[in-house]
Amino acid sequence: MHPAYSVILFTTASGAGFGLLAWLALFGMLGLVPPDRAFGLAGLALALGLITAGLLASTAHLGRPERAWRAFSQWRTSWLSREGVLAVATYIPALVLALGWVILERLDGPFAIMALLTVAGAVATLYATGMIYASLRTIRQWHQPLTAPIYVALGLASGAVLLNVLLRGFGIAHAGFSWLAIVCLIAAAGLKWAYWLTIDGELRTHTREAATGLGALGKVRPLEPPHTQPNFVMREMGYRIARKHARRLRDLAMLFAFGVPVVATLLTLVPGAGTAAAALAALSMAAGLLLERWLFFAEAEHVVMLYYDTEVA
Amino acid sequence: MTALPHATEKKLGLVIDLDTCVGCQACATSCKEWNTGGYSAPLTDQDPYGADPHGAWLNRVHAYEAGEGEASRTVHFPRSCLHCEEPDCVTVCPTGASYKRVEDGIVLVDPDTCIGCKLCSWACPYGAREYDYGHGVMKKCTLCVDRIYNEHLIEEDRIPACVRACPTGARHFGDLGDPGSAVSQLVAERGGFDLLPELGYKPVNKYLPPRSRRDARSAHPARQGSVGTHDGPAAGGAERLFAWVDRMLSR
Repeated sequence: MHPAYSVILFTTASGAGFGLLAWLALFGMLGLVPPDRAFGLAGLALALGLITAGLLASTAHLGRPERAWRAFSQWRTSWLSREGVLAVATYIPALVLALGWVILERLDGPFAIMALLTVAGAVATLYATGMIYASLRTIRQWHQPLTAPIYVALGLASGAVLLNVLLRGFGIAHAGFSWLAIVCLIAAAGLKWAYWLTIDGELRTHTREAATGLGALGKVRPLEPPHTQPNFVMREMGYRIARKHARRLRDLAMLFAFGVPVVATLLTLVPGAGTAAAALAALSMAAGLLLERWLFFAEAEHVVMLYYDTEVA
Repeated sequence: MTALPHATEKKLGLVIDLDTCVGCQACATSCKEWNTGGYSAPLTDQDPYGADPHGAWLNRVHAYEAGEGEASRTVHFPRSCLHCEEPDCVTVCPTGASYKRVEDGIVLVDPDTCIGCKLCSWACPYGAREYDYGHGVMKKCTLCVDRIYNEHLIEEDRIPACVRACPTGARHFGDLGDPGSAVSQLVAERGGFDLLPELGYKPVNKYLPPRSRRDARSAHPARQGSVGTHDGPAAGGAERLFAWVDRMLSR
């Protein structure tokens, strides 16, 4: 599948934003972070800023961005619509929560309920993003039980890494938050590793013979394509990456998205190294996640290419 | 509305005969010509006279080679929307621009509400939906919805443009939900099949397989001893012609 940069930017930025939002709301509600005005403003502004930037970026891949509002209507059947509805709906409790945190400096009573709704909305949005891909039967590498959980795990892990940066910056860090980020990173890395093992281990079951129905005649080979130049389907669905590059890029994604952030987050526990190490973890993770998301597209093989130059999918 | 109807009154669709299709591209060009001025208008092209010409087409004709050696066959293979009974392209649409009609089962895109997110093209295993780079919306076969009910056209033109254009009669249009219809009978007679049935989209359009050859000899006249045209200069052009006529008439 062709990696659409606007979608990659959207899912990584909004993913981290929703992850951070969920952790802020949860720990604010539980009283584990103080209802401090400056911290609340910085944290919620960063989270909502990332979410908003991502959502705006996602409209860049639309042919008719001015009609994007219509995408909120088909939540009964469409995961893309559900994601849009959930993403926008989550703003409501999040903004009320921000009101309590930043203006009133209190997170009890009704604000605690709003915090709970914010957590639920953020996690549900991350899940819906993953389900857009996981629901497509045409793309084996996406139609996997692990696809949606990985979107949630990566969002929460990158959110935890960002939370750690903020807490360090405000000097209210606690070792527990570093350990939370480390646990999230290791869990997300484990899921991603299991995902790669799964898609590598599966047999490709769709054949060109089934696609053309000509299997009774024997092996089917393409003789002439319909057109001399690649069409939309080939440009969009035919993007692929050499396997040897995929291996190396997977290693790099693992290194930058999980390896470096885990080590850097461990370093945050060393007195004096805190803020710089936390920032390094966040920067490395951003690079690693962009690469991971790019690979998620580049490694995805669409069944339709059986009609062109793919033998099995 | 992207929720699928429980059942459609009719299942209008095409039956494509892979035995008689000669790959002339008349269906594809006729489709492009009609639809660039019809429901799907415009069907834009990019860089049409340059180095990388491409554009939105609703019907594309591939050619495949199947089998090995003498037994191999060249099969021309037109590919367009199959108007599936359970099309994911409709249910994934976030705006409701994609829908399946209750009255005849035709899958359509409303070009006025499509946002061009391309998700439907990702959901289609058959490559039936193409993004129109010039118009910013998705395009697909409409089964010539603006022809088949069009009373301004004479009766014989009220069929899809591709069917009307096919010079070998390889394309048939009708109600595949009615077991008594000519197309359903044809499918039953010739063993019509679905493409990628294991995916479960339940395509309405059917394909008819190439007929099997009668025997190896009729496929290779040079070996046919009985007509005596195989050896030497005695086998003149006229005799070959008669032998061919003989074989054709004996079918």
